[in-house]
Amino acid sequence: MFSWFTILADWLTYRVLGLSAETNLSKAIHFFIEDTTKILVLLVVMIYIIALIRASLDVTRVRYYLAGKSKILGTILGSIFGAITPFCSCSSIPVFLGFTSAGIPVGVTMSFLLTSPLINEVAVLLLLSLLGWQFTLTYVIVGMLVGILGGLLLEFIHAERWLQPFVRKAYDNAQFTANYTAPHLSFAQRHDFAKTELIDIFSRVWKWVIIGVGLGAALHGFVPENWLEQHLGEEQWWSVPLAVLLGIPLYANATGIIPIMEGLITKGLPVGTTLAFCMSTVAASFPEFIMLKQVMQWRLLLTLFIILLVAFTLIGWLFNFLHFIPLGVRS
Amino acid sequence: MKTIKVLGSGCTKCTKTAEFIAKVAADKGVAIEVIKETNPEAIMGYGVMVTPAVVINEQVVHSGSIPNQATVENWLS
Repeated sequence: MFSWFTILADWLTYRVLGLSAETNLSKAIHFFIEDTTKILVLLVVMIYIIALIRASLDVTRVRYYLAGKSKILGTILGSIFGAITPFCSCSSIPVFLGFTSAGIPVGVTMSFLLTSPLINEVAVLLLLSLLGWQFTLTYVIVGMLVGILGGLLLEFIHAERWLQPFVRKAYDNAQFTANYTAPHLSFAQRHDFAKTELIDIFSRVWKWVIIGVGLGAALHGFVPENWLEQHLGEEQWWSVPLAVLLGIPLYANATGIIPIMEGLITKGLPVGTTLAFCMSTVAASFPEFIMLKQVMQWRLLLTLFIILLVAFTLIGWLFNFLHFIPLGVRS
Repeated sequence: MKTIKVLGSGCTKCTKTAEFIAKVAADKGVAIEVIKETNPEAIMGYGVMVTPAVVINEQVVHSGSIPNQATVENWLS
């Protein structure tokens, strides 16, 4: 069913623009047209359908499910909910406080907050259409493991010691009465929610898709085959930590970075290095950390930062070491 | 004069919410004061988890989105 977009790109690139098929420019333009049209159309359809299904899931409900769970189960559930619950990163702080003041441990809350930017329906959809289901599954599992293991580690070191004093107080005095009744939604209400979500998410991500695919297309058309492999391949062990460090000051969401991942992988950048770079860009950003300063002391913030950098580097090395090449990556 | 508080840690939607309420009030000729509350501790105190949220007379009346015209007019009447 995706062949329609190839036909459209063929027609626009070779007929309308009259470019010959062999030049770098035409390759880049073809790639750009095919991928942007495909992704934007899929986004509209999928955001709407998924929003219909999860209309009744919000952070209040997640808090209810997470409160009072054991730390290990809570951390795993936190990561799962982080992957499927929609919320804007500008609500990170109120969500953190809302969870903590309900007595939910820091590790469980952070498992939720770490997984959330890495995995969402838009990211999964982009990965599926660009890199195939094997790679998507790998990405989702690795993303959730970062959340779960990060959360468990924070529990292990008793991270609550290093919360800001008012947060610590709220955690210690937590009282949470477990009564929550899920609202019953009619189809009309679900449709309204899905429509609002669609407009909201689409208006936020379309430009990221264009920028991301644009850069991906430039990589595709202009970077010589195997150039990345020779210069930043598996032989160069330092390329993984370098990729992680490079990813920190770059601030992008998963929507913008995934089309670039495709470009990097097809040009021979090892999968581990690519994953490390992209996860670092999405999950370890300075603006996010500066926001977290409002609720965490420097020590905890620094610890969290180091945990993430080490985790992404290890993931990168592991995948490079295993020579992991997901099927379905088109060449 | 009515005081309306907009809770939110400085995201664009929160700023837009505050501006929108002020605009609707000005259009209707209602004198109000819009206060932006960005302190996380204060936001926690209202039990709000999704911003922007709106507080009138210390009651949370809205949370999680930019309110629509009808809702804001209702608050002002």
